[in-house]
Amino acid sequence: MSEPLSPGTQAPDFSLRVTPDQKLSLSDLRGRPVILAFYPADWSPVCGDQMALYNEILPEFQKHNAELLGISVDGVWCHTAFAKDRNLHFPLLADFEPKGAVAKSYGAYFEAAGITERALFVIDKDGIIRWSYISPISVNPGADGILEALEALEK
Amino acid sequence: MSTLKIQVGSEDHVQGNAKAACTLVEYGDYQCSNCGEAHPLVKEIQAQFGKQLRFVFRNFPLTKIHAEAQAAAEVAEFAGSLGKFWEMHNLLLENQKNLGQELYATLAGTLQLSADDLQSALANKTFADRVRADFTGGVRSGVNGTPTFFINGLRYDNPMDYASMVQAIEKALAA
Repeated sequence: MSEPLSPGTQAPDFSLRVTPDQKLSLSDLRGRPVILAFYPADWSPVCGDQMALYNEILPEFQKHNAELLGISVDGVWCHTAFAKDRNLHFPLLADFEPKGAVAKSYGAYFEAAGITERALFVIDKDGIIRWSYISPISVNPGADGILEALEALEK
Repeated sequence: MSTLKIQVGSEDHVQGNAKAACTLVEYGDYQCSNCGEAHPLVKEIQAQFGKQLRFVFRNFPLTKIHAEAQAAAEVAEFAGSLGKFWEMHNLLLENQKNLGQELYATLAGTLQLSADDLQSALANKTFADRVRADFTGGVRSGVNGTPTFFINGLRYDNPMDYASMVQAIEKALAA
């Protein structure tokens, strides 16, 4: 497993495609907490996969004014189709070219498989990583850690 | 390691020996095919462990991908308020391909519950808060899809087959 960037580290900025003609930068979201959820791939074959779960939990994240971003190495058209199929209400970012570059900068790239780890980062309003976690690739980490980290930001 | 944050209490739907050494909690969704598949598996596990095991079911409807999940959960809670939770739970899972108003009315009839009362409970969202409370409690506990099982409070992350689950429960009983 990779070693994710640890709490207290400045979150590396990035600018990735979120739709075929639109990019999103981490710095655009300064001023509010951001949840970065790296996940291995779109279209995992289970009910309530990690992104579907977060989609369902979105109102809980929004109570903390937090923005959720999903990131994988899938291309933007793949993300678009996946988001439409699963009715996702948050952005999916394509870490596609150079492949996995953002994941690598966060210590969240699974080199042997050429995919991102299941890595979670909670970044505060000033762009500092406050919590990070890498789950075994086959285990959907759920959202309990994210919610605890968001609550800790408010203390 | 994710752990159950909401302890099993008087609000829960519990099957089996209240003093069992092992508690199996399932967070499930009546429209989820994996939950449908887990249903006979849970029954086999209950048969295997008898008085050593109690089983708890909590709602975790994935409403964005399953259009009937919320209503079905409310139907089960409606039946539960009249002492027939498990009967309805079984019927919903056994008929999960046909979830919808027509089925709910039929099932109410099967269990000799008033279809009109059920209709108004759904229309008034009488049990929506209860279902939502299960859901948010599940989120806090690290529920990561459906079904998610907890064995004596620890999330079960291994394969959902009979042999693996029996092994995990035996380990919990031996602990």
